[in-house]
Amino acid sequence: MRATHWLTFVAFVALLVTGGEIVISHPRFYWGEVGNVNTKPLFVIPIPSSRSTVPNGYNYEMPDENGWSRALHFEAAWVAVLAGLVYGIYGLWSGHFRKDLIPARRDWNWRAYRDRIVKYLRRTTPEGGPDGAEERSYNVLQRTAYVVVIFVMFPLMIWTGLAMSPSFTAAFPWTVELLGGRQSARTIHFFVSGLLLLFLFVHVAMVALSGFRSRMRAMITGYTRDGEEAP
Amino acid sequence: MKQSMNPITRRRLIRGGVAAVAGVAGLAVADRLAKRYGLIPPDGSGIYGPGETLTYACQRLLTTRTPAREFSRSMISKNPFANAVAPPNDAFKRLAAGGFRDWRLVVDGTVAHPMSLSLADLKALGLHSQITEVACEEGWSYIAEWIGTPLSGVLREAGVLPQTKYVVYTATEKDAWESIDMQDAGDPHTLLTMGMNDGDLPVPFGGPLRLRLPRQLGYKSLKYISRITATDNIKKFGKGLGGVDPEYGYSWYAGM
Repeated sequence: MRATHWLTFVAFVALLVTGGEIVISHPRFYWGEVGNVNTKPLFVIPIPSSRSTVPNGYNYEMPDENGWSRALHFEAAWVAVLAGLVYGIYGLWSGHFRKDLIPARRDWNWRAYRDRIVKYLRRTTPEGGPDGAEERSYNVLQRTAYVVVIFVMFPLMIWTGLAMSPSFTAAFPWTVELLGGRQSARTIHFFVSGLLLLFLFVHVAMVALSGFRSRMRAMITGYTRDGEEAP
Repeated sequence: MKQSMNPITRRRLIRGGVAAVAGVAGLAVADRLAKRYGLIPPDGSGIYGPGETLTYACQRLLTTRTPAREFSRSMISKNPFANAVAPPNDAFKRLAAGGFRDWRLVVDGTVAHPMSLSLADLKALGLHSQITEVACEEGWSYIAEWIGTPLSGVLREAGVLPQTKYVVYTATEKDAWESIDMQDAGDPHTLLTMGMNDGDLPVPFGGPLRLRLPRQLGYKSLKYISRITATDNIKKFGKGLGGVDPEYGYSWYAGM
């Protein structure tokens, strides 16, 4: 379980770096099926490109590293997908999703979210860490964030990624048609990767705030300081 | 209590050992099966080999014999983008001056009847048209109508021998060559293209002869094709990676 977390982390970093590298070869985004330098973009990232064919006002060309970037991107995607499969099966089988991730039924309302946000803002938790039940599991905000990342964003990344594959879409055309076209898939892929990066920042910040060393120890060894098994 | 402080218990050690042995055995079996059914691409070794092999094997198992996406006439791009090409060499300029009447496509390798075909010979084999998308690995794309004769018909004429595993295609551009497996070579959409959007295929788009391969990314659709070589041993060509793009780090299988 913890191994899949760290495998996914390594794969995610690789995907992020290589994905960025691929984007600079064409830092223009479109909506619909087709898009190229002769069509109107949805938006343009104002950076130099690694290809001279992209007219973006710079005289400078970035180094072109697409070859190995693409190879590593797909290899890392495989690592993430396989780790995700193991995690998904284990999560269902062990009850981890039900016990720790799906918000409790009584929390399925705005008040639960508001109360927890107020609690964060007022810093009512005791010094140095979470209180009561939260010490052993996640609160409603954490649960929601994890559920969205695990069950919405990661699947959406895989879907939009596959929707850019010409032979995968030959077999399953609806995977790209539902998204509005190949360029729409690419644009969604880009935005969701940004949201995942945002999650990574907040996630690491939260770990740091709740005690970086003890949380890292728990996530690596599975044990907290007092010798009890971590959630 | 002391037991639980130590994360490595005997049971865990045994469980981990069994899992590791099962994993290695599983990989060995998968490797043998993949080799037997031709699911390992020519560039399926090295650090990116496992990823390339997984992608190629899964695509072959899932997406074989599914035709490329075709589009309606109204979706043809008004301003297709040709991408940059190297300036033509003198031989190409001479052929262009003659309206490409002397352009030849050589077909050789593991075929019963090696041939040399003019564009007129190719057209006589029967013209097909398809409206498909060119998708570049950089991210951009366009749709056009492509007119030409399927590669499979040319291979049939040449009598491709049963031991053939790959078809290598070479362009007049310096060092430009690529290869495909027999499934892509036999795909009716794999088109020796001579026309585009109801006219002759313009030189910037690969005229007079481009091999269009709509189920793979643009870099596999080489421009200025002059030679097709059937082979049972891809390792004999170049560095043995199945194309010039893999020698620069790009995947041989570009269906992804």
